Amino acid sequence: MDLPLIWFLVIGFMFVMYFVLDGFDFGVGMSLPILGRSETDRRRIINAIGPVWDLNETWLIVAGASLFAAFPEWYATMFSGFFLALLVLLLGLIARAVSFEFRHQRDSARWRAGWDACIVAGSVIPALLWGVAFANVAQGVPMEPHQGGALVTGSLLTLLNPYGLLGGLTMVALCLSHGAVFLSLKTDGDLKARAHRLADRALLSTAGLAVVFLLWTVIQNPAPLVVVLAALAAITCLAAWMLNRVERDGWAFASTAATVVLAVSTLFGSLLTRAGGPFVMPASDPEGGFVGLTVANASSSAYTLEVMSWAALVCLPLVLAYQAWTYWVFRRRVTAAAVEVLH
Amino acid sequence: MPIVPLAQELDPLVLSQWQFGLTTIYHFLFVPITLGMVWLTAGFQTAWLRTGNVDHLRLTHFFGKLFLINFAIGVATGIVQEFQFGMNWSDYSRFVGDVFGAPLAFEGLIAFFFEATFIGLWIFGWNRLSPKLHLLTIYMVALGTMASAYFILAANAFMQNPVGFAINEARERAELTDIGAVLTNPVLLASFPHTMFASVMVAGAVMVGVAAWHLKRAQHTSMMYTALRVGLWSVIGGGMLTFITGDMVSIAMVAAQPMKMAAAEAMYDTSSGYDASFSLFSLGTPDGQHEVFSVRVPYLLALLSTHDPLGTVEGINDLEAEYTALWGPDDYTPIIWVTYWSFRWMMGLGFLAFAIAIVGLWLTRKRRIEQPRWVWNVAIWSLPLPLLGMTVGWVFTEMGRQPWLVFSQMRTEDGVSPGVSGGEVLTSLLAFTAIYAILGVIEFRLMQRAAQHGPAEAPELDESGRPAQPVTVY
Repeated sequence: MDLPLIWFLVIGFMFVMYFVLDGFDFGVGMSLPILGRSETDRRRIINAIGPVWDLNETWLIVAGASLFAAFPEWYATMFSGFFLALLVLLLGLIARAVSFEFRHQRDSARWRAGWDACIVAGSVIPALLWGVAFANVAQGVPMEPHQGGALVTGSLLTLLNPYGLLGGLTMVALCLSHGAVFLSLKTDGDLKARAHRLADRALLSTAGLAVVFLLWTVIQNPAPLVVVLAALAAITCLAAWMLNRVERDGWAFASTAATVVLAVSTLFGSLLTRAGGPFVMPASDPEGGFVGLTVANASSSAYTLEVMSWAALVCLPLVLAYQAWTYWVFRRRVTAAAVEVLH
Repeated sequence: MPIVPLAQELDPLVLSQWQFGLTTIYHFLFVPITLGMVWLTAGFQTAWLRTGNVDHLRLTHFFGKLFLINFAIGVATGIVQEFQFGMNWSDYSRFVGDVFGAPLAFEGLIAFFFEATFIGLWIFGWNRLSPKLHLLTIYMVALGTMASAYFILAANAFMQNPVGFAINEARERAELTDIGAVLTNPVLLASFPHTMFASVMVAGAVMVGVAAWHLKRAQHTSMMYTALRVGLWSVIGGGMLTFITGDMVSIAMVAAQPMKMAAAEAMYDTSSGYDASFSLFSLGTPDGQHEVFSVRVPYLLALLSTHDPLGTVEGINDLEAEYTALWGPDDYTPIIWVTYWSFRWMMGLGFLAFAIAIVGLWLTRKRRIEQPRWVWNVAIWSLPLPLLGMTVGWVFTEMGRQPWLVFSQMRTEDGVSPGVSGGEVLTSLLAFTAIYAILGVIEFRLMQRAAQHGPAEAPELDESGRPAQPVTVY
């Protein structure tokens, strides 16, 4: 295998990690107004992700920086081409990040309600827009050649096409399910029971949306890899729904995690197997022979990729080890008593 | 309708420059406090473990809280920094991504994961980890922030003094040829310690200001006296090392970007020895082209630039001619009044903070905490001095790099995103300005409240020496 292809897979892995980990943070954030009936409940919900949301979000920062380093053309084209969508996404992420630290700084119901609203917005918006963005990348974006790279020619409205929007909604529903299952794993008592019921409904809607979205993806690119990944994503989603019903929380969470992995991998798999590829960002209207950005024409030099490979080879196992240890340290359920010791 | 013709008039280049300046200066208000405060907080926690003095634990929690409020905004605004290279400067990203992206990726892989993981363990792990292991987590955070500064300054140093690359004509881009050269760029080796020590100064001044506020009111006097002295020593020690490393930066800068030093001095003609004087103050004609009055120290500029009082310093006019011969006719001079005054304010604010700290250390010797009110007021109001000095220092560094985006390789005007309209950049500029202004007000009030509230009671410890209950719960 050549280095550009390996780095395409590494970046795919980083985004998969980001969506699996920050995905349940988004879902937990979205469930705040649904499950958080009392202040104690809301604090339990937020504290379930308190120690880990920052490290989860870091996967995005690392994926973004790796994208910049390994595929400068892809980074430049996608980030400038999706300008307004990414602006709104950034504002959402900013709102969410400060809310966690700010909401507990003052003992006022109005103050906390304001930051809670920011957490919800900062969870729904990024999930939606990442879904829209990656669905569009997988589908192909209108673009023209520019200085050996490409330039996106569409606007924000071009991104909001039916397939893109469906991708966004699927991502929101999937994150909500993943977060609700996570909460039933991390809480107890009445809150846990309500998280179960939310997960039940959310998983059904996710299954509905995901089946349509994945079918559409398969129709666009019926490569065997895409078909297999999409089918497995649908199966794990249904498995999660059943496991949640029978209250096998750990297995249900493993299944929603697998669904996120497989659904995101389906999109990356579609890029990988698209005719003329593997692509990182295909053109939707390949007129005049310009097919878009491929793994080969968007990547950095062999030397840069080699240097990056050594860094990743040393760092990634270490990162995974100490992050796993963090999850182990904070493995206990967040009980009502645990959040009531302060304030 | 009026927005449409307006949008056509708007220049994405100028707007993107304003946005980058605004978001970067704003982000960097929080970064140096974080970089310095994490070491001071770690110091208090270490002192607590070594002495068992519970006051040190209370100070750890107290300054740790200020550190965390500050850290939250640093994290939230940091991600904008990474994204806007691609969003606003896509042609720049295309051109340098092969070189510039690598230190950013290293920063993520090595530093950010470290920082983000261990900060969570530190905040929530008080009652989960053994005291020693818990102490280790804050040192891990400190190492992570330091590594992060190193890699981001490596990326910045490449823009000031591009090394370790070759131009690939076919791909129209710079490609990495030597990562070692990028990570040992002479500009980086000087600017990294300069930034780190200046951050210690910044955090020290914050500590002094907060402690003085309580001492003025005779509250928590024992603890706050400790914090005051630690803060003063940090400003003095950090300050001395900042000055020494600042000298290293200027030598590296004269070698890499002589125009920047000439612009810092507004020196039009090449001079040496006596004539290469350093002006402390200068009044020019309104167009900034001629000097009316100035106070000058002979030989000093030659000494600062070359470490030789008789050395020669190149002037703007000669450099302009030299650059024109190299790269064709253009304006290669940065905005002189900006470089001239930002350079002076950087040094002036730093020296002022340093001098105040020396006087403060003398006045408060041997636990003399009964001082006239003005003494405490000076200490409180000197809190932002090093931070302001550092900010204008970066304004100098980056504005002095103009008209280059990457010195000698790419002009700023060539780096902007070609596909992004003026209207879009105006939208983002206004959005960031608004949200940053709101966050700034909230952050300031929260910091003020937390600082004025004073240290909380020490948590109850169990037999293993760790708090019996969680210390932080969101």
